[in-house]
Amino acid sequence: MAEATAKPVSSLDEMSPRRRQLAEFWFYFSENRGAVIGLWVFCILVIVAVLAPVIAPHAPYQQYRDAVLVPPVWQANGRWEFLLGTDAVGRDILSRLLYGARYSLFIGIVVSTVALVVGIFVGVIAGYFRGWIDTVIMRLMDIILAFPSLLLALTLVAVLGPGLNNAMIAIALVYQPHFVRLTRAAVMAEKSRDYVVAARVAGAGPIRLMFRTILPNCMAPLIVQATLSFSNAILDAAALGFLGMGAQPPTPEWGTMLAEAREFILRAWWVVTLPGVAILITVLAINLVGDGLRDALDPKMKRS
Amino acid sequence: MTKATGPIVIEGKEIRRDYVVPGSLFRQARTVHAVKGVSFRVEKGKTLAIVGESGCGKSTLARIITLIDPATSGELYLDGNKVDISRSRPTPELRRKVQIVFQNPYGSLNPRQKIGDVLMEPLVINTNTPARERRELAMQMLTKVGLEERHFNRYPHMFSGGQRQRIAIARALMLRPSLLVLDEPVSALDLSVQAQVLNLLADLQDEFQLTYVFISHDLSVVRYIADDVMVMYFGEAVEYGSRDEVFSNPKHEYTRTLFAATPRADVESIRARLARKKAA
Repeated sequence: MAEATAKPVSSLDEMSPRRRQLAEFWFYFSENRGAVIGLWVFCILVIVAVLAPVIAPHAPYQQYRDAVLVPPVWQANGRWEFLLGTDAVGRDILSRLLYGARYSLFIGIVVSTVALVVGIFVGVIAGYFRGWIDTVIMRLMDIILAFPSLLLALTLVAVLGPGLNNAMIAIALVYQPHFVRLTRAAVMAEKSRDYVVAARVAGAGPIRLMFRTILPNCMAPLIVQATLSFSNAILDAAALGFLGMGAQPPTPEWGTMLAEAREFILRAWWVVTLPGVAILITVLAINLVGDGLRDALDPKMKRS
Repeated sequence: MTKATGPIVIEGKEIRRDYVVPGSLFRQARTVHAVKGVSFRVEKGKTLAIVGESGCGKSTLARIITLIDPATSGELYLDGNKVDISRSRPTPELRRKVQIVFQNPYGSLNPRQKIGDVLMEPLVINTNTPARERRELAMQMLTKVGLEERHFNRYPHMFSGGQRQRIAIARALMLRPSLLVLDEPVSALDLSVQAQVLNLLADLQDEFQLTYVFISHDLSVVRYIADDVMVMYFGEAVEYGSRDEVFSNPKHEYTRTLFAATPRADVESIRARLARKKAA
């Protein structure tokens, strides 16, 4: 009996730090109900995005000329074949929303990956070498931070030319400074620790010290920031799409759908509302997950 | 101390280290002299203890000897060859000669590195020993410092302070250095563990013919392990001689204060203290 109760404790002790951290992380994460709900919603979203061609009742570009601006099924004149109604050229809104999830997740993944990878690289260099290189990098980041982010993204897209790819590049660039600053601060804190000096005495060169010794120990805040910028990226891409600078029609991107539907806002509320609701749910879910991550990973927030 | 019985492993001549505190609009830049011209030499297989209060430049000197930081001026000879790391990064051969053990065993091991990787890392970086041999060498060293082979795949958080310090010692010895700098290696450990680690260090010194530079502020530890003693006070070596010389006949005022500050727990001194208390 005593052995059975003692076992889980020792098994937690035997685990590798990654496994142990994961177990500990899940303990703190699952305490936050909102975060768990957010995670479920996000998982459903991923499944929807992956299975969009299977579950969507219509093709996203298919125009039904006999069914223009059909209201959702629960309203008068609603039709069962168009569950959430159709837009101004007779395309099924539900199908377009399902396909739109693909774009949104794609934007989130690409933007946060690019911003994370480049930000880590630049931040580690700034934090490790300090001196003039640090000053140059940080002032550059300060300049980027000084612009209103959407305005800067808008300008960049205007220069690069409108389109989803350019919008993603612009948004990634706008989010860069946050990652650089975080990485730099974490690297500076870790760099003076004894184990780093010990690795140096053992003969480790700067590259090994930066990326093998120091970097794995400062990932926690970066993961949180990556999650939060995931949702921000979706939001900004939607905003760019709404302004006509992001994904171009007829792409079923949510922001672009909103922009196309602007003129029907009084006549056909569903054309405008539903893409907005989709954005809202996605961003809310990811933000909840991000907050949960922050609570679970940030030692200062831990209630133990 | 003056009789040279063996080859000299490390010799420092007039080692200085200045730190410049940058000035600002309202303050002038000033220079802090952390180490003010310290000379020493240690023979093979001997132990030099450096004693002094916090902030007297002990650890700065340790970092200079370990080739972590360069000295501002002065000459450092390692196995008779002059070393100057301010010009070029130390070569792998130099790195192999001198290693360090830090004071805090909780900060000196990478929390995400398995013990086996901690021990094998110096070999990976400095030598091209094949992987199988590396593993064997690490296993041998692990048993030599009193740990077991099953500890090989564990992570630092699973060990106590004393065990971690053993791991740190094992890591330092992986490259078979001739000189080991011990920067207060036992001051973070409790007393019984201190004794174990000190005994381990003494055994290893015999086995590998190691030369120690032992930094401490604990005089009882120094008396146990040192051959020569250097007392530092505000960056200067105020006393330098063999252990018996320094302990029996301290010349400098600070050394005497230091000895007087050591708590004494024998019956005689307790009686004397109580008598003084009564008289007062």
